[in-house]
Amino acid sequence: MARFLSAIAARLVIAVPYLWLLVFFLAPFLIVFKISLSEPALSMPPYMPAFDLADGISGLIEKVRTLSFGNYFWLLDDPLYTNAYLSSIWIAGVSTLITLAVGYPIAYGMARAPAAIRPTLLMLVILPFWTSFLIRVYAWIGILKPEGLLNQFLMFTGLIDEPLIILNTTTAIYIGIVYSYLPFMVLPLYSTLEKMDESLIEAARDLGCSRTSAFWKVTFPLSLPGVVAGCMLVFIPAVGEFVIPDLLGGSQTLMIGKTLWTEFFNNRDWPVSSAVAVILLLILIVPIMLFQRSQARSREAGR
Amino acid sequence: MAGSWGRFNIVSLVLGFAFLYLPIVLLVVYSFNESRLVTVWSGFSTKWYVELFSNRGLMDAAWVTARVAFLSATVATVLGTMGAIALTRYTRFRGRLLFSGMVFAPLVMPEVITGLSLLLLFVAINFDRGFFTVTIAHITFSMCFVAVVVQSRLMSFDQSLEEAALDLGATPLKAFFQVTLPVIMPAVVSGWMLAFTLSLDDLVIASFTSGPGATTLPMKIYSQVRLGVTPEINAVCTILIGIVATGVIIASVITKRQEVQRRRDEQAAARITA
Repeated sequence: MARFLSAIAARLVIAVPYLWLLVFFLAPFLIVFKISLSEPALSMPPYMPAFDLADGISGLIEKVRTLSFGNYFWLLDDPLYTNAYLSSIWIAGVSTLITLAVGYPIAYGMARAPAAIRPTLLMLVILPFWTSFLIRVYAWIGILKPEGLLNQFLMFTGLIDEPLIILNTTTAIYIGIVYSYLPFMVLPLYSTLEKMDESLIEAARDLGCSRTSAFWKVTFPLSLPGVVAGCMLVFIPAVGEFVIPDLLGGSQTLMIGKTLWTEFFNNRDWPVSSAVAVILLLILIVPIMLFQRSQARSREAGR
Repeated sequence: MAGSWGRFNIVSLVLGFAFLYLPIVLLVVYSFNESRLVTVWSGFSTKWYVELFSNRGLMDAAWVTARVAFLSATVATVLGTMGAIALTRYTRFRGRLLFSGMVFAPLVMPEVITGLSLLLLFVAINFDRGFFTVTIAHITFSMCFVAVVVQSRLMSFDQSLEEAALDLGATPLKAFFQVTLPVIMPAVVSGWMLAFTLSLDDLVIASFTSGPGATTLPMKIYSQVRLGVTPEINAVCTILIGIVATGVIIASVITKRQEVQRRRDEQAAARITA
């Protein structure tokens, strides 16, 4: 009896989370795809269904024939959307590189720190991640706005005479993304750098490498897994970011997450926002696969 | 990696941490500012905190958020722990690749996509939007974070301990609850806390999946932030930061104590067997 119960428990351990994710993670994507193919309508829910189970098989075939990819053509035709996709990718890419440049020295410094204080440093990097994302973005409004703290400080020191306009520009979005996602970059970098064998660098130095060339020829290539994981962890969510461009960026900066939000909440166009989401997902599928692979590899190595 | 800890390293750490912490510190400091103008200091005051507690809308939203966070974190911890066990213990089952994909993908999935897709699911199955839809949405993405945290602990766990229990006649179920679970408990607890704060924090997914009567605190904060920076919002944020920081510090003290206890037990055991 006990053995029987245990066998059932083993099944359940797999089946319950599996089913949950199938129903609440995978199935919703199929619905998004379905609705992206339907026409908008002035009703609740505001779209004409593309398929209906009640139609039966013949009805289904009929529907597939008339299926409308209209939303996609419309999206790809409208420069507003193509520009939003391109500028999202650009902004996310640039901020990922800045985050890498800012995060690498921090991770390196942590990995080189005396072993006794490393856990504390790690905790200090993780702690801001626990505080609300929204709050951290909000904090920058007070700093960056024309009469904000940064401008007050710069004018006080006499570096500038007129307040810098940073809030509501793309620069503010860069600052916001770098700031919010920095821990995501530092943690994977730190974990690869910390495991690195110091004697390799010593060997390179003994063989006549300068400090800098030892870094670029030994340390950096060995830390590439961490670099890839960190960059993916920053880049992928940043492409679809909504809160940062909405609060820090101006109305002229286009990012696709914000476009989707406006399309959905302000224009109530569900089919178009679904099509926007499907294309965004298609753009991100390669980076997501890269991320999965790097995760799987590091898990295998950890065994 | 040990060795020289040069000036360059120290400077980059100091600058890095200043960048991470200064904005939060400024926010907290200015929540005690007397003036309504948030960026002009005019004296210490706690009046914004007093005003906060008489703000019905904000208090209601805080209560909704607390309930959602508690319920979703608890369910997510159970599901996420099960998922982590499935991934580490059962290396071969049908659809394992899809399963691990579904566990890792939500970690990086843009929130607007997750939120929109869940909303469309709830509409498709005619599920009334409100408290429970937000909770289900939060369970779905936070269980993946729990799974990752618990999985990394499970991988460093010495499996022979569980095998010993099984050899001594324990059923697998009993072996799990009496041997494995106590060992991975710190990871489970930190998974719960992570799920709790993720839920506490979420604006985008909650905005999509919420319905009338289930406005969460981030949604409320967001609608006020759009109108501009106000000292009340600074005060709300300070309280939230305070709660989270206290939680994290308490948790780390507990884990440290457990670690010390465990080491002492191991030493004692070693002395007996020696």
